[in-house]
Amino acid sequence: MVENYNSAAIAEFKNVWVFCEQRQGKMMPTTFELISEGRKLADELGVNLCGLLLGDNIEGIAKELGGYGADEVIVCDHPMLKNYTTDAYAKVICDVISEMKPEAFLIGATNIGRDLGPRCAARLHTGLCADCTHLDVDMPIYKDFLRGASTLPEEKIEKMNTAKVMGEDHDVSRDLKMTRPAFGGNLMATIICPRFRPAMATVRPGVMKKAPFDQKKADAVKLTKYDVKLEAADMQTEVVEVVKAAKKLVDLIGADFIVSVGRGISKDVEGGIKLAEELADVLGGVVGGSRVAIDSGWLTADHQVGQTGKTVHPKVYVALGISGSIQHKAGMSESECIIAVNKNETAPIFEIADYGICGDLFKVTPMLTEAFKAAKASK
Amino acid sequence: MKILVCVKQVPDTSGKVAVNPDGTLNRASMQTIINPDDMNAVEAALKLKDELGCKVTVVTMGPPPAEGMLRELMAMGADDGYLVSAREFGGSDTYATSQILAAALDTIGIDADDIVFCGRQAIDGDTAQVGPQIAEKLHLPQITYAADIKKDGNTITVKRILEDGYMTIKTQTPCLVTCIKELNTPRYMSVSGVFEAYSKPMTVLDYNALKDHPLIDATTIGLKGSPTNILTSFTPPQKGAGQMLEGNDMATCEKLAGILLDKHII
Repeated sequence: MVENYNSAAIAEFKNVWVFCEQRQGKMMPTTFELISEGRKLADELGVNLCGLLLGDNIEGIAKELGGYGADEVIVCDHPMLKNYTTDAYAKVICDVISEMKPEAFLIGATNIGRDLGPRCAARLHTGLCADCTHLDVDMPIYKDFLRGASTLPEEKIEKMNTAKVMGEDHDVSRDLKMTRPAFGGNLMATIICPRFRPAMATVRPGVMKKAPFDQKKADAVKLTKYDVKLEAADMQTEVVEVVKAAKKLVDLIGADFIVSVGRGISKDVEGGIKLAEELADVLGGVVGGSRVAIDSGWLTADHQVGQTGKTVHPKVYVALGISGSIQHKAGMSESECIIAVNKNETAPIFEIADYGICGDLFKVTPMLTEAFKAAKASK
Repeated sequence: MKILVCVKQVPDTSGKVAVNPDGTLNRASMQTIINPDDMNAVEAALKLKDELGCKVTVVTMGPPPAEGMLRELMAMGADDGYLVSAREFGGSDTYATSQILAAALDTIGIDADDIVFCGRQAIDGDTAQVGPQIAEKLHLPQITYAADIKKDGNTITVKRILEDGYMTIKTQTPCLVTCIKELNTPRYMSVSGVFEAYSKPMTVLDYNALKDHPLIDATTIGLKGSPTNILTSFTPPQKGAGQMLEGNDMATCEKLAGILLDKHII
């Protein structure tokens, strides 16, 4: 089916689609974030928002997507879609896209989304932007975003209406503008896919805001069943088992309070983590870590904050013994309030901290715990 | 049997990164390194070589100096190297890069018991797209985020890491696997390896060597063959410096707790 499909026939493509990732019949939280973001983009384009849901016996979880803004959910139900496989999911998605032709397609940048997205984009001959942190269509909104998020001069922002594409001026007003960090967060870039459709993006989990749930919209959502065509010959891989981590993983993205540790705890790793846990307990939060803390094996990978870890925006982020590399800042600089404790008064973390304390974390942290405990008790 | 490992030379983004006034990266000021995840891919290949006696071929696309990186990998134990390099390939996005690398791998030849290894992602772009896109172009099965790889005859069994656990996946060769740092610890170059590296075969695949491959044409390679364009690149503004609290004793901590309480933050 994909063979007869022309991704360059731009006028034939309409509507914004979101890949609704579920695992074991449970929707991934990032799906609701993407539906909420997709609603915004669909409104800017004046088109419908459609969720694309694949799985086995998953129709029951489809309606909820309407509550976050989907007009329609295309349900692809098939026993061979029970577990994620690149083969089956890419085939079904490319079949549906080549038949129904969305102009934009968003996928959560999970380990599954980042396996699936590039495979589909290559088959559909279209562009994919990886791990986006900001999406726009409307030009005035995009320009306002640049005014706040970049150091670009106003005259350059004003001229952003066109881009040189194949040597000619191309009007970008209806293009999906996909912004993402590059070079470890040192640079940001906005990518467009001007000549092919759908414009595809994988979107970093935890970045887009989830809209409030609306039961009336959930009841009104249109469900469309897609006739999935899959056979054994489509499969090149076999899932032998799916194992959930035995230990409950830390939910950094949903946390309001995060206490993170870095290289500064190296002289007493266990003690440092214990102090961080005690402070996190008082705040009602969780413990995170910098890349050093994860690479050194002090904390498991689910705790990692930063460009190669998770992007977080808690109410309070406490950085204990973290110098504040650009990679780390890329994951936490949007926190509402940043508190940094570091022995080195020139540590870059102090450049973005709302409150800095220059001192030994092993001495300061227990005092912070006690002071916060007393303050909360006085409320 | 051979293992083809795709590698990339990247600027070391963990060091000081210089940005030009126009918002582009000042590459000249930066050290280049072998992309870290690619080192894990090379090590995985060398482990299979130790075990099975297969051949390890390293392949990179990049400017001519990238040959030095291939020699380093030969000093670790790779048997031969291919440098895919041409002006026509410049400006390629992940789609066009995959197209060219797929053509290169196909030209080198992928036999029934071969495996292609890639790193999960490169630290300059962090896209993780080229591995899966090469697999698609070559119609190979792909397994990404590999933390354990076992080969038994032509069957490959991989532990594929997920955020909330893992999957065990089986497939047949030829296939493509992308590797993560949890997979292994890369070995160092050996002294004898360094001596031998310069006598190992190195082949340059330029535009002429690949231009007749069905995957290569003007609409699929380079800037003109790239479906994506950069609209703009920019540096984020520095957040205004906050307040450095005086002292580091109990009084300082109580003051901070008081401020946060007053602002209803805690």
